[in-house]
Amino acid sequence: MTRNNHPMGQPTPLVEMEHATVRFGTTLALDDVALRLYPGEVHSLMGENGAGKSTLIKALTGALRLDAGTLTIDGTAMRFATPYDAQRHGISAVYQEINLLPNLSVAENIRLGREHRSHGLISPRRMEREAAVVLSELGLSVDPHSPLGSHPVAVQQLVAIARAISTDVRVLVLDEPTSSLDSDEVAELFRVIRDLKERGVAILFISHFLDQVYEISDRITVLRDGALVGEYLPTDLLRIELMQKMLGHDAPELLSRPRPASAAVPAEPYLKGRGVTSSLGICDADVDLAEGEVLGVAGLLGSGRTALARALTGIDALDRGELSIDGRPVRFASPRAAMKHRVAYSSENRRTEGIVGDLSVLDNITLALQAQRGVFRKIPPARQRELAASWAEALRIRPSDLDRPVRTLSGGNQQKVMLARLLALSPRVLVLDEPTRGIDVGAKVEVQNLVADLATNGLSVVFISAELEEVLRVSDRVAVLRDERVVDTLESATLTVDAVLALVASPETTEEGE
Amino acid sequence: MTAVETEKAPRNAVFAGIDTFVNRHASVLPTVAAAVILSVLLVGANIRFDGRFLTPGNISALLLNNAFLMVLAVGMTFVIVTAGIDLSVGSVMGFTGILGASMLSGGVPAIVVIPTMLVAGALIGLLIGVLVQYFNVQPFIASLAGLFLGRGLAYVVSLNSIRVEDPVVLWLQTTRFRLGDWYITPTGIIALVVVAIGALVMQYTRFGRTVYAVGGSESSAELMGLKVARTKVMVYVISGLCGGLAGLLLTAFSGAGYPRYGIGTELDVIATVVIGGTLLAGGRGYVLGSMIGVFVFATITTIISFMGAEQSWTHIIVGGLLLLFIVVQRAIVARTSRTG
Repeated sequence: MTRNNHPMGQPTPLVEMEHATVRFGTTLALDDVALRLYPGEVHSLMGENGAGKSTLIKALTGALRLDAGTLTIDGTAMRFATPYDAQRHGISAVYQEINLLPNLSVAENIRLGREHRSHGLISPRRMEREAAVVLSELGLSVDPHSPLGSHPVAVQQLVAIARAISTDVRVLVLDEPTSSLDSDEVAELFRVIRDLKERGVAILFISHFLDQVYEISDRITVLRDGALVGEYLPTDLLRIELMQKMLGHDAPELLSRPRPASAAVPAEPYLKGRGVTSSLGICDADVDLAEGEVLGVAGLLGSGRTALARALTGIDALDRGELSIDGRPVRFASPRAAMKHRVAYSSENRRTEGIVGDLSVLDNITLALQAQRGVFRKIPPARQRELAASWAEALRIRPSDLDRPVRTLSGGNQQKVMLARLLALSPRVLVLDEPTRGIDVGAKVEVQNLVADLATNGLSVVFISAELEEVLRVSDRVAVLRDERVVDTLESATLTVDAVLALVASPETTEEGE
Repeated sequence: MTAVETEKAPRNAVFAGIDTFVNRHASVLPTVAAAVILSVLLVGANIRFDGRFLTPGNISALLLNNAFLMVLAVGMTFVIVTAGIDLSVGSVMGFTGILGASMLSGGVPAIVVIPTMLVAGALIGLLIGVLVQYFNVQPFIASLAGLFLGRGLAYVVSLNSIRVEDPVVLWLQTTRFRLGDWYITPTGIIALVVVAIGALVMQYTRFGRTVYAVGGSESSAELMGLKVARTKVMVYVISGLCGGLAGLLLTAFSGAGYPRYGIGTELDVIATVVIGGTLLAGGRGYVLGSMIGVFVFATITTIISFMGAEQSWTHIIVGGLLLLFIVVQRAIVARTSRTG
């Protein structure tokens, strides 16, 4: 642990958390963590999903109470009961999911709760003027009178920041503030951050973009599994070291393929699609999927990635074209029918079409299998538990408590629960739509390795992702989509990201990497 | 990582223009629609009844006959904008009415009775608010308990109608301030003042804006440091207080307290608020819209009685309107939440 003392020659930190501990049931979400914030510094908080970053900032901003440990502001011990308490002491946060009010005006979202009142009455016009000042400080030109919900997410994100800085803010927590911003907007945000820094504000910055972390941070605190790994200066810490500290294992795993690509396509593929067409966004797609093969699907948003997945798994009806499995023609009238042929689909929308957040890990895993058997053939509870436990073990679902509601798990673990549910059906073909979206690097690697293992054991996988590197790493072959058509299917061993990008982007460049 | 995501091409510019307009004015559109329907009803009825409908006397009566409904609608607007519901208001009105009548007949002066009625209503509201906020009871269930409690208490006070002879209370209804053929009673003035105060509080106070904030997203409002708990309790207290005031107005209007007054009124009130453009899902709505909603309801009732038809038709028509409005609101919400 390399802890250095007051980097800016500041005698006392503005915020000091010591032995901070938060329990959820029997799990320690935060275990004896220390954090110091000095005025006028940008301090990055790094860690994977589930490392305890969110818990730490919730404890700091009064959204959650510490079970043990102390929080000291300016040398005075504090116990915040609500975010309101924390805000009164100058601690504001901007969360990744924008926690504002789409039904109110931009001005109200910035000023409500701190607006000027005379005789108890608000002056909307004055509020809009005040808001306009903050907005112009951020270089944002939106009408303060307009409803927040009528603006794009990036603008809403900046409005959230405008709210946070519109008061006498002393500590500003920015949780993934750049995830929905483009590079110009990020530059603008960094200008504001540096400005706030000048004014002596302490900034706690959370981002998974390493470039941004290194560009803006004065210090970095790393968490892993709810515990403190250490506090570092960015100049002392190589990126690869940072990755290792976050993941707790060697980073080269990120760069290598989980298994050698098997380029050999057997004469007769297991799943074969010819001229697959659905009015919902895929046209004349030919698909061959061999046993034990991973077929990657690459393409822009709207290129037909998801439509292809849905057409292959019986969710959308085929307008034209045919599917065959093991040489026998099949027709899927519904996902259930596809399941009968052991073709399973995992949706890109984990939250809305996948997991049932309030049900336990166990229930989520056995859900589909029970549904397939029908209500009259209930799986005995002991068998359910055995089944769920074995999948949780095989997929390394953490925490391993089967009775926890799934929503309390991190994104990566929720994804694994989804996979476990499908695998419990013992499918032959698995269609995974964005299985690694919104999960951190470590969990991504785990999911990718899992896919590779499954394929090695004979499962055929269709792997869809917006991230080209990932598609290339995992797949044996890649089907490239453009404008709702399969442009080409290429062997991934010889393929580069640039070659696929060229193919995806413009109709002129083809033949590359063939 | 190379995230290759791009926006889809923008749609037709005309549609985009309509979209922008709808988004910017989404919250007023249902209320504007209610105003249009009200105008169509009034003008249509006037043509149908050869100019005998839009007379000063008739319009004045529209307000007076529904003063109590208007007061209840104001309270209900606060509750529904927080995405709650208050089923107790009919019973609270019935209970405070019979309570007041009974106290007056026992010789208690109006100066004591009237505040007691208001406080009694507010207390039932407080109970519901505390159940909702601190015991995490669904507003539907908590206010259903309030409904039974109010009705039960009304029967405890008296099983029969009690006549009111108190001059102060009767003055509220019998005094008529005239302006030409137009007239208004103190009850009508009270209703309009309540509407004005309600609208002012909703639009121009921190509490009022917090009511909208809670309806927009309770957790966001909490994280923004707004006083969510206090606000959620307060809206039920306000609704209860309005229930107590409506009890007074109804007692003055009918000249008696009766324990069965207000059975089913809560549903009329919810209907008028929704027709007035308040979203049952919360976050959007106007007190003035609810007033328009009450006028729509009152106009339909009057048209039916002009036609000499069975009053059940009122509820059939209001039911139809309600369905229409809920569908329209869903469409607007679907449109605007897409961009959010």
